[in-house]
Amino acid sequence: MSFSLPDLPYAHDALAPHMSRETLEYHHDKHHLAYVNNGNNLLKGSEWEGKSLEDVVKGSFGKNAGLFNNSGQHYNHNHFWKWMKPGGGGDKMPGDLEKKIVADLGSVAKMKEDFIQAGVTQFGSGWCWLAVKDGKIAVMKTANGESPLVQGAKPILGCDVWEHSYYIDYRNRRPDYLKAFLDHLVNWDYVAQMHADAAK
Amino acid sequence: MNRRESLKLIIGIATVSATATFGRTRAFAQAAGPFTLPPLGYAYSALEPNIDTMTMTIHHQRHHSGFIANLNNLAKTIPDLGAKPAESILANLSGVAEAQRMAVRNNLGGHWNHAFFWDLMTPGGGKEPDGPLKAAIDAQLGGFAAVKDQVTAAGAGRFGSGWAWLFVNKDKKLQIGNTPYQDNPLMDGGRGAVIGVDVWEHAYYLKYQNRRGDYLAAWWNTVNWDKAASNFAKAMA
Repeated sequence: MSFSLPDLPYAHDALAPHMSRETLEYHHDKHHLAYVNNGNNLLKGSEWEGKSLEDVVKGSFGKNAGLFNNSGQHYNHNHFWKWMKPGGGGDKMPGDLEKKIVADLGSVAKMKEDFIQAGVTQFGSGWCWLAVKDGKIAVMKTANGESPLVQGAKPILGCDVWEHSYYIDYRNRRPDYLKAFLDHLVNWDYVAQMHADAAK
Repeated sequence: MNRRESLKLIIGIATVSATATFGRTRAFAQAAGPFTLPPLGYAYSALEPNIDTMTMTIHHQRHHSGFIANLNNLAKTIPDLGAKPAESILANLSGVAEAQRMAVRNNLGGHWNHAFFWDLMTPGGGKEPDGPLKAAIDAQLGGFAAVKDQVTAAGAGRFGSGWAWLFVNKDKKLQIGNTPYQDNPLMDGGRGAVIGVDVWEHAYYLKYQNRRGDYLAAWWNTVNWDKAASNFAKAMA
């Protein structure tokens, strides 16, 4: 099974002003497409051809850097688009998820603070995350195309902090981008769905 | 007035004029301390059209000054940081306490790399290497065209944030490579960098977006080969 670029689940201008049409045009139509194309070229003839995306990501980690980087970013971006929606963000989230966040991280406010801190302190390109690890929700950060998948955890929310995610709209102000992501963009229903799947 | 004092004075003037240009915005968030943002040796617009004015302004005033502010904070608890030459600290990071090593690596690396980068570029650059540097490139790396191709490939091939370099390795040979984040060849025993190009997305995104290759092609037009020659001589000395 080869990789293919998923459509955005909303119009390119649907997340403005928090994430502009221009950012999504480059980020989805160019960056994500390049990961798909490069990933397909590297997948061809490799031992992971025909495997599921998650298996390619986990299997190639530490063994085939090019394939890992591109398949990892394909996986991350597939979910990233769905982790956002127009009119998202804020503290209103499905009850089960909220209870688990409060139980494992103290409070929704503390979770948001730690999530932003993880994103701000990821030096250079990478991601910050909420992930289920050992049955608990944890805040994590990873470099480049890595994700909690290769650290023994299952991601339920991720924010891309590569500069291409925010440079057009926020320049160097990564904290402002992370705050806008949490306050206005997160699709908590999709986070809750991934959390339920991770618990299975 | 000794050299250090006169340098401080020049930086002071540059800071005042740049702050005036930006009016009430706090362009320079530098904590007081031993580190100061070195001025560019040319105007922010001087590298147009290869590198645009907005990119140069933000890159210097926000990104580089961010490293300066962080270093001044770190210097409060690491007195050596502002006293020793940056090169000797970067060449011996294991001498920094482990708890602070990554912060020093990232911020002192970031400061050193950017100061090096500004000095390496010039309006009207982009000629070709000459003299002993050209002779070494021809003898060791197959000529300037090959170096250009390989440094470009090293920059294009660095996944995520980093730098591409032509440097003098510990055996006094020219070598091409790339480093992640704000690392540089000094951290790996290299004697010195000859040329280096920033491939963090902030170095090119406003003008080139996802087209890192186009940025790298244009960047060659900015290289000050006189500066590269003096970098080479220093690394070989």
